[in-house]
Amino acid sequence: MSKQDGFDKRLQDARARQGLDRAAGGKGGLPGGSWGLGFRAGVEIVSALVVGVVLGLLADRWLGTWPWLFLLFFVLGSVAGVMNVFRLLKPRVVDRD
Amino acid sequence: MAAEGNTIDALSQFELGRALGPIGGSVNFSQSNLHMVIVAGLILALMTYGMRPRAVVPGRLQSLAESAYEFVMGLVTDQIGPEGRRFFPFVFTLFMFILFGNMLGLFPYAFTFTSHIAVTLGLSLMVFVLITVVALQLHGRKFFGYFFPEGAPLWLAPIIVPVEIISYLSRPISLSIRLFANMVAGHVMLKVFATFVVMLAGLGTAGPVLAVLPLAVNVALVGFEVLVAFLQAYVFAILTCIYLSDAVHLH
Repeated sequence: MSKQDGFDKRLQDARARQGLDRAAGGKGGLPGGSWGLGFRAGVEIVSALVVGVVLGLLADRWLGTWPWLFLLFFVLGSVAGVMNVFRLLKPRVVDRD
Repeated sequence: MAAEGNTIDALSQFELGRALGPIGGSVNFSQSNLHMVIVAGLILALMTYGMRPRAVVPGRLQSLAESAYEFVMGLVTDQIGPEGRRFFPFVFTLFMFILFGNMLGLFPYAFTFTSHIAVTLGLSLMVFVLITVVALQLHGRKFFGYFFPEGAPLWLAPIIVPVEIISYLSRPISLSIRLFANMVAGHVMLKVFATFVVMLAGLGTAGPVLAVLPLAVNVALVGFEVLVAFLQAYVFAILTCIYLSDAVHLH
């Protein structure tokens, strides 16, 4: 290989490092592995449920409507959990504009 | 600590105690705080003494410091883009603090402060407040459009908006639970198998032979925990970057 090619490559790398050229797609992403993925999905569902239940309980205590808002927010929390898992599995769209 | 009265006491390792004698006791300075200070000192030492030679061909410490820097820099620019470099100090501090905390916790007699939900929730709430402030500052009121995707039918708004808000609020919870649960699970397993070693070894003639089995498991577990310690710090950092990227490029 000639010297010229090596220089172009290094120039390209340097430009990319300094953010002058936009890199096409990121190599980054969350580490895979079925165990890790399953654990992350579980955590997402649980945390959305926790937020939903806590919001529902607080709203119920505030308005004195036990148990209706709790039930409503429980359902909303589970929907949000499923949405989180869906977002987790969906490939992340990288559009930088 | 170990097999007192043939019970497995795996949770006492997470109890907070006092550190630094009577002075620390009077201000409730726990060993958790002590380990945080140690971690901060270790990171500072690595970055200052490691980078002191400023050699073109780096030595061991310098190349460790440089690779940590480049790793986090790559993470930030890959996920957020070039304009994300202003968040580099934040992500770098967060990553190094969690990584060193996890690693330090694997040493004997050390305390893992990342195994306390108060610590991890504090860290993730900091991230949460930051991403919300950044999004509000950059996009103003357009930030609230985040909770209702464009193109969705309007009559679905009563369902979509609460679900999106809950989903947004669940970010710090999932971030903190992930780190906390991983560290607690790992340390409990280590302690349980270590207790098996002691209990089996006391069983008589066949005991010490059998005790080799849980000991072997523990050796493998320590290696696994080193991996988990790094991976969890990485996941925390990369999720912070993804959330920051969402805040910077609202869509």
